[in-house]
Amino acid sequence: MSSPESQLEVRDAHATYGGAVLALHGVSLTVRRGEIVALLGANGAGKSTTLKAISNLLHAERGQITHGQIVFDGLDVAVTSSANLVRRGLVPVLEGRHCFRTLTVEENLITGAIGRDARRSEVRADLERVYTLFPKLSERRRSLSGLTSGGEQQMTAIGRALMSRPRLLVLDEPSMGLAPLVVEAIFRTLKQLNVEEGLSILVAEQNSTVALRYADRATVLENGRTVLEGAAPDLRGRADIKALYLGSPEESAAHLAASADPPSHDHAAA
Amino acid sequence: MFDYQFFIEVLVGGLLSGVMYSLVAIGFVLIYKTSGVLNFAQGAMLLFAALTFVSLVERGVPFAAALLLTLVVMVLLGIAIERTVLRPLVNQPPITLFMATLGLSYVIEGAAQLLWGTQVHGLDLGINDTPFTVAGVFISQFDLFAAAIAGAMVALFALFFRYTRTGLAFRAVADDQFAALAVGLRLPRVWAAVWTASGIVALVAGLLWGARLGVQFSLSLVVLKALPVLVLGGFDSVAGAIVGGLLIGAIEKIAEVYVGPFFGGGIEAWAAYVVALGFLLVRPSGLFGQKLIERV
Repeated sequence: MSSPESQLEVRDAHATYGGAVLALHGVSLTVRRGEIVALLGANGAGKSTTLKAISNLLHAERGQITHGQIVFDGLDVAVTSSANLVRRGLVPVLEGRHCFRTLTVEENLITGAIGRDARRSEVRADLERVYTLFPKLSERRRSLSGLTSGGEQQMTAIGRALMSRPRLLVLDEPSMGLAPLVVEAIFRTLKQLNVEEGLSILVAEQNSTVALRYADRATVLENGRTVLEGAAPDLRGRADIKALYLGSPEESAAHLAASADPPSHDHAAA
Repeated sequence: MFDYQFFIEVLVGGLLSGVMYSLVAIGFVLIYKTSGVLNFAQGAMLLFAALTFVSLVERGVPFAAALLLTLVVMVLLGIAIERTVLRPLVNQPPITLFMATLGLSYVIEGAAQLLWGTQVHGLDLGINDTPFTVAGVFISQFDLFAAAIAGAMVALFALFFRYTRTGLAFRAVADDQFAALAVGLRLPRVWAAVWTASGIVALVAGLLWGARLGVQFSLSLVVLKALPVLVLGGFDSVAGAIVGGLLIGAIEKIAEVYVGPFFGGGIEAWAAYVVALGFLLVRPSGLFGQKLIERV
């Protein structure tokens, strides 16, 4: 059932850590070409695990996919090395940014180009492109990344991913720990890349308000499984979603108790 | 009256022999930085290099050809170790990896014995070892030569890591392995490069140590000399390995000459460990060990 325009398909993925801890049990989502998809869910819902599974990075944390399938551009992700996935255009931006702290901002960016064995002229051109998108990085290019601000590190991490010339960018919580204005700026840049260059984006966020404003569609996870999927404008209009799935368990329970309308139709929508 | 000239002589002698410690320590640091493995087999690699070179020369292979051949053997050995021992053990806890290299060091020593026999070989690098004097201070010509070789090698590595892509990849992997993986760097390739580099270090250190002590199996025990150097300088810093080596060399000689008489002499062999132990209590990460760059 893979439709031709779908770039990434996660079908009923199950994953465990250390062979014991069940982290995902039944995650499905689709990213079509040129789309921004938000992956929403509370803390521990499985967003990060899903993204790591998509980039085949789970094994580095002793996790593995035990059931289901993840296909990127016709490629079975589970048997393709993360390095090869990057070369094919599936590029992750990790949670907590993970910049190389002892390297300068520019060196950080260049590592993204090494990943795809770029030529020197290409590297120069791509660096200029990143500096145009994030003028701040141009000012800090000689600074050690570990000494730049959180926002600058997030820009460095995104810039580094762009140096790999992605076709699908997979971001994990880009808003984490950043001031609202910086978050807006980063999402605006992502939207610009999406509109101008047709870059597909899958972004996991706890900050559902911002994510739903920029996304075309969203998938909601709860306890390691997909519970809801829909167009972002529809989901934005429904006040109950935030309380039901994205808040703390207590809030959800309180909301459930107060709500006369059971949420079963949400599951049907998924 | 304190004899300054004599003190300087002791100090210079110590610093120069410290260079040799640095050489061994650098081999450790390269691998530890990128893969978190404390490669106990570094000493065995050093022995293997020296033994291979000497045996080739004794069989009539010209000096330069023997050097080149040994270099090739060391590079192949490094790559083979990465492939067969460490790659299958990736993501295992550090103690597992350490035990693997411990076992590996015995395998390499055994292989060396099988291949080249067990007798002691003299190694003559053709360097005149008559000391000469600078301003009344005696300096060993061989030590100076060794220091120059070590310095040149370190400079070459520094340039390599600073200005090449492989060097940048190396620093990235050393900094954050998970991020390096996510960026699409091919970690096995970086590791193979690092093992190659440590094979080259082992060759250089093996020849210099072999020339001084004779090529024999106790040569592999110079790894134990590297441990206090690493404690002092930090396990993950090349600069630390250099400074630590110089410090340990100088401390050993000064302790032997000025403190030794109070204990009836012979403290050179263990003075370094006492200093390292004391240092562990004060500064466990070493002089140059990773202080995380953190914005507060």
